Amino acid sequence: MTTISPPLVTSDSPLAQQKGPNPMNAARDTWLIFRRSLTLTLRQPVWIIFGLMQPILYLVLFGPLLDASVKAANVGENAFNWFIPGLLIQTAVFGGAFVGFGLIAELRSGVVERMRVTPMSRIAMLFGRSLRDVVILSAQAIVMMVVAIPFGLQIDLAGAVVTMALLVLIGLALAPLSYTAALVLKSEDALAPVVNGVALPLLLLSGILLPLALAPEWLKFLSTLNPLTHAADAARALFNGDWGNPEIAIGAVIMGALAVFAVWLASRAFGRAVA
Amino acid sequence: MTAPTKLGATMIVTRDLARSFKTRGGTVEAVRGVDLRVGAGEIFGFLGPNGAGKTTTLRMLATLITPTAGEATVAGADLRREPQEVRRRIGYVPQGGSTDPAETGRGELVIQGRLYGLSRSDAQARALEVLRALDLEAAADRGTGTYSGGMRRRLDVGLGIVHRPAVLFLDEPTTGLDPQARARMWDEIKALREAGTTVFLTTHYLEEADALCDRLAIIDQGRIVAEGTSDELKQAVAGDVVTIGVNGAGARVLELVRPLPFVREASHDEEGGLVRLYVDRGEVAVPQLLRILDAAGYAPTSISLNKPSLDDVFLRQTGRSLREEPAA
Repeated sequence: MTTISPPLVTSDSPLAQQKGPNPMNAARDTWLIFRRSLTLTLRQPVWIIFGLMQPILYLVLFGPLLDASVKAANVGENAFNWFIPGLLIQTAVFGGAFVGFGLIAELRSGVVERMRVTPMSRIAMLFGRSLRDVVILSAQAIVMMVVAIPFGLQIDLAGAVVTMALLVLIGLALAPLSYTAALVLKSEDALAPVVNGVALPLLLLSGILLPLALAPEWLKFLSTLNPLTHAADAARALFNGDWGNPEIAIGAVIMGALAVFAVWLASRAFGRAVA
Repeated sequence: MTAPTKLGATMIVTRDLARSFKTRGGTVEAVRGVDLRVGAGEIFGFLGPNGAGKTTTLRMLATLITPTAGEATVAGADLRREPQEVRRRIGYVPQGGSTDPAETGRGELVIQGRLYGLSRSDAQARALEVLRALDLEAAADRGTGTYSGGMRRRLDVGLGIVHRPAVLFLDEPTTGLDPQARARMWDEIKALREAGTTVFLTTHYLEEADALCDRLAIIDQGRIVAEGTSDELKQAVAGDVVTIGVNGAGARVLELVRPLPFVREASHDEEGGLVRLYVDRGEVAVPQLLRILDAAGYAPTSISLNKPSLDDVFLRQTGRSLREEPAA
């Protein structure tokens, strides 16, 4: 038993002719995984609705309270034009941060392991799911904007479109990080405190719920270190059509860099866990 | 066998394959140097208790984890250098299931086929073929969450053979199934062999290894302790097996019978309630044993005479019984 036998003919396999990795396969497999995961998510729309319930409650029950604060902080005329951009970002952050729970369910069901044994592109497992996440959070953002119009939200259409692009970047930053944490931790019980422990301080420090203009100096300083603060400022400028505001570029560059980093990190995690 | 046999062809060869895991308590050597050779078109069984290293070996051969030492060739492709080639040529059915409860059986088969490179129409045609072969057509468009255990397990197997692999790995294919579903699964596995597929399965059921497998390897604590056909393995345990119930007096009875000329090997179980003897000719040994025990003042509570089973093979190699495994 010291020699390895010569290769065998497996002519009965229709796939025997295919050779080597192919970048087209990554695109094709990404599309396959995207379609599958979107279909399965839509079959259980309760999670999408659940993800929308919280921001809509904030919009309806908390938004009207902001009028006085927004005027006191002198950050805008219209409370909803100040509040909704931040709320969209909050929805994208939470939507993205929680996707790891779905992956853990898939790990447990054995679906991920089954697909790891196929020759499919490893990176498509990440890209297909992240694409699904971005599509869902975009749909949620559109619903929220439409719901907010009767409350007095004024939309600069071009600004709203660019805000959507910003939300996509946030999704591409948060979802891959959540998947990476899920692959490492492998259990909901371990993932939940990590997600909450990261997402909650980030949101509180981003000036999404109340204007930071009213905050003490140390809190203001901390908030400038938070990438979400810049994303929220960028989104507000975009909603007001304030195209000359440098925060737009700052927010976009920061979130873009974060998204690139997150995708890079998650690609490695998927490549390793799934090698 | 009606399938075209590739005589002498080897589907799986491993050499000194090993895998250790680092845990907080130190390094655990799950598999310690496994040498295997599995021929084309055979059903090869990997028999051993839970934690023996069966699943770890299988996961290595299916490219899910990398070996820490050794090498292997699977379906003609080198495991370390061409894992992607190995993946194209094998199917793998994991132990705990492999389907999403919200997806339909047909949906799972179609995406699986597509991930193996089939076009949409080819994948749909193949899915239908597999659904028919496994008698799942009526449930094809229901979510797999509504399937019975046996149906879900058949679908798992279907997912493993969508691309007509040369080798199919099955991890504990019948664990948790009721007797009917198990018999059914055995038939499906035999049908796969008839179609020319090499099947490599793990099991901790003696009956399964005995009834289903052309050849088997017995693994314990990460090492292969015996390999061959079921009959070969049993013949190695020469003679007959006599089991005597002695009501807790195992140690003393053992001392009494061990020196007897016709007793080849003797042992007792942990509680000392059963003494197990390997003897040359059971029909001669039993009356003599009874006389000796009677003279020494022991009244056996039971006595049985059997041909050796795979459990005896395991017992002889490891000193433990597979049947003593607590039901998982």
